[in-house]
Amino acid sequence: MDEVTSTAHRAAAVPPPVRRIVLDDQPTVVTPGANGNGNGNGTRTPAVRFAASDTAARERMRVEELTIAYAGRVAVRDVTLPVRQGEVLSLIGPSGCGKTTLLRSLNRLTELTPTATRGGRIALDGQDVDELDVTLLRRRVAMVFQQPNPFPMSIFDNVAYGLREQGTKRPGKRDLAPRVEEALRRAGLWDEVADDLGRPALRLSGGQQQRLCIARALAVEPEVLLLDEPCSALDPRSTQTIEDLIVRLRAEVAVVIVTHNLQQAFRVADHVAFMYLGELVEYGPAADVFGNPRARRTREYVSGSFG
Amino acid sequence: MSAVAPRRKGAKESAATWSVLDRVGLAACWVAGIGLCVVCLAIIGFMFVKGIQYVRPDLLFSRTIASSNEAGSGGYFDPLVGTLLLIVIGIAIALPLGIGIAVWLTEYGRPSGLARLVESGVEVVAGTPSIVLAIFGLAVFQGKLFAFLSFTQQGGGVWGRSFFTAGIMMSLIALPLIVASTREALRSIPNHVREASYALGKTRAATIRRVLLPGARPGIATGATLAMGRIAGDTAIVILLLGGSALTTQGNVPVLNILKGGGSTLTTFVYANSPAGEGNKPDKAYAAAFVLLVIVVALNFGLDLIGGRRGRTAWTK
Amino acid sequence: MPPATAPIAPRRPPAAPAPPPRRAKLLSGLGSWSDRRAELTLGALACAVLVLIGLMVVFVFSKAWPSFWHNGFAWFGGGGDVDRQLDNIYNGPSRPSEYVYKLHAWPLLYGTALTTIAGVVIGLVTALLAAVFIVEFAPSPIRRLLEPVVRLLAAVPSVVYGLIGLLVIIPFVNNHLIGEGRKESVAYVVQLNGSGLIVAIVILSIMITPIMISIIVDALRSVPQGWTEGAAALGVNRWRAMWTISVRSVRPAIVAAAVLATARALGEAIMLSMVSGSRGFAPNPLDGLTFLFEPVRPLAATIVDHSEGLSVTPFAQTLYAFAAVLLVSSILLSLGGWAAKRPLARWSAR
Repeated sequence: MDEVTSTAHRAAAVPPPVRRIVLDDQPTVVTPGANGNGNGNGTRTPAVRFAASDTAARERMRVEELTIAYAGRVAVRDVTLPVRQGEVLSLIGPSGCGKTTLLRSLNRLTELTPTATRGGRIALDGQDVDELDVTLLRRRVAMVFQQPNPFPMSIFDNVAYGLREQGTKRPGKRDLAPRVEEALRRAGLWDEVADDLGRPALRLSGGQQQRLCIARALAVEPEVLLLDEPCSALDPRSTQTIEDLIVRLRAEVAVVIVTHNLQQAFRVADHVAFMYLGELVEYGPAADVFGNPRARRTREYVSGSFG
Repeated sequence: MSAVAPRRKGAKESAATWSVLDRVGLAACWVAGIGLCVVCLAIIGFMFVKGIQYVRPDLLFSRTIASSNEAGSGGYFDPLVGTLLLIVIGIAIALPLGIGIAVWLTEYGRPSGLARLVESGVEVVAGTPSIVLAIFGLAVFQGKLFAFLSFTQQGGGVWGRSFFTAGIMMSLIALPLIVASTREALRSIPNHVREASYALGKTRAATIRRVLLPGARPGIATGATLAMGRIAGDTAIVILLLGGSALTTQGNVPVLNILKGGGSTLTTFVYANSPAGEGNKPDKAYAAAFVLLVIVVALNFGLDLIGGRRGRTAWTK
Repeated sequence: MPPATAPIAPRRPPAAPAPPPRRAKLLSGLGSWSDRRAELTLGALACAVLVLIGLMVVFVFSKAWPSFWHNGFAWFGGGGDVDRQLDNIYNGPSRPSEYVYKLHAWPLLYGTALTTIAGVVIGLVTALLAAVFIVEFAPSPIRRLLEPVVRLLAAVPSVVYGLIGLLVIIPFVNNHLIGEGRKESVAYVVQLNGSGLIVAIVILSIMITPIMISIIVDALRSVPQGWTEGAAALGVNRWRAMWTISVRSVRPAIVAAAVLATARALGEAIMLSMVSGSRGFAPNPLDGLTFLFEPVRPLAATIVDHSEGLSVTPFAQTLYAFAAVLLVSSILLSLGGWAAKRPLARWSAR
């Protein structure tokens, strides 16, 4: 204990360099869409790229001029973003910048908050999500939350839950078993739980719980998968499993991931959107945003001077 | 860069797309909810109207006149005093006992077998009908050993009915409620609060006294208030252990003579004046029931105040 | 780590004058006590209460024993008119060797079971639906009205319900629901006057529903938001999510509510003695609808009705036998609740 205090004293003796951030500075917004790859051959060597160019990726969702307020306090302001099939879009930014709100609005979960109001348009395959039935929308756009939230049932029932509740007639256990297995395999959990699917899900470890939640979301075969800081409560090993999983999933579903962790965004994302104080500051291919950010605010955030 | 004012709330999820069964269920829910509303309001409105109709100030302050039909004449000053007295006695006994037991159970609880036993014992009391407690109490307090709590009749029989005896049995009703809410409150104090206190060099006992009990106070108050409501509303014990008569005094010691004597409460007054009792004065029964309800509502209101003002202590939020 | 003072404290002589507390408070001595002393005192307190409770159970049973002993299992059986048997016990000879104990308590047990089970079942269904309504579906003005009203209703003394039943509902039933023909059809066994099974059940369920509602609502409110959100995010509608996730996860609380309500219904004496017809009669389901209007008298109400007979020894022993049955039922009830909750705990976190 003494050692720690003395270290702290020594650290206090030499003040760390303070960098000031001009908070009310006009942010430079880089409009999404037709931004060429520029000098995308930065220092980064991405793993596998399915979406080498923007044209290969099909646009699944589009957010236009989205503004969301909680009880009149604006949390997301005028955001326009595309979500493309076959790539991972990562939303980064400091706490309270509206990333999660933006993500939750994609499948209209913000409506669960009574005070939330929304302006702007969100389209899924060109169709306004407000015109879709909300339960149908959420079946197509699945979500995994920051805290693993497996239901208080067995592992099997957790994965089968969505399948059972979505159909008009409840499928039998025999029909469900292969689909549950498939989902668990895709989430990389099958080998760990195959011996006893009747175990209570809440007895699994945190990383397993989160993968179970991903399996639960995948079981219903969504078109877009929303991940809200899925690894923030997990150890590095579970994190890596989940990141590998995300990279693998990219081929099949459009993935949007909110993350606090820049390294994680760097590892998994194809496109990155940087948000700050509710506004979209910069959007572009991951290599550009990390290697050659255009906006000053992005540069400061990416280089770690705040956030 | 102009902020677009958010235009609309998202469209509410409509039940139109649900399956038939779900919609039937939802309808049943609405029926239950609205039906409950109607029944509640009918009962409360009815009692209110009847109460306003029959309550007169002189009833509140005039004593029951001793006549051939005691409960049937006069006002209900005596029952009112009786109710308040029983509440005070019952809580005075149950509060320290209940807090002590709850503290022991949550903070010590060793040996654990004994703790389990105490726990289930308290649960047994909670489940015991008050009428059972009442006849048990009557049999016990009619023993010679407890003669000092009531009065001894000519011929040596112990009467066994007094505010003391009724109050002691009432405390048994209150005990489980106080134990439960105190335990709940103590449990909701996170462990780091205890650890912080130990880290400052306080003993367990001092931690309980200085940190935990003050923190649990709103919970304890809630339990006590609930218990008061139960005591005020109980009839069986009063009928058997208080006699349901006017206030009678035993002996000459100022306060003790009332406590050793019998009496009645609003509940027995209502019972006695209803067609089921011998009084059969419905208007008086209504009036007394109204006063009883006002007391219960006031207790509830007090509960809200406790909950609202102190509410949750900072660390439980 | 600062030095722990806990081991030091006991060395202080217990008689050492403690500094006077700033404010007189409950358990004010505790602050200056040693740990050991506090633990022993509180433990002794708990044990004393435990012993008292144990004594109560033993005492009631010992008092009740003669009644069970003289009747054997016939005590629980039917046969004859219970009320007349009770009268015989009350008016029997006063010499201990000639005490009368003959009793077939079946109608009372049956009446208790009928009112309790029917009241709890009706109450539980209503309470569950109403709780779901309050938590999830009620528009906020209705919710704001319902919540305090339900809480208030849960606190209304039972005698007030009895009064309303006696003065409002029974005359209504007597005048409008029971026809003369119905009265005559059973006139040779029992007289119908409005008070009876149906009134008892209705008022009982009105009495216990609010208790259950407040317990279930509290439990539903504390369901982690993550679960309901998770279900919503899977495209499950609010109704299904409510029942498959929230209600499912509060099953222990529902059991607890049912147990508490059953205990209340079982032990309710005054209200039931006021509205049940107070007659030791076993309603016969074969009478069709008339069944509902036939009088009953549960055990607890019997004890209250006959409490003046406690001075007659065999009669008192009979009443203690009723009390013993109630006590055993309530103990079995909480055991049953515990057994029902145990398998459910498996699914909860940790």
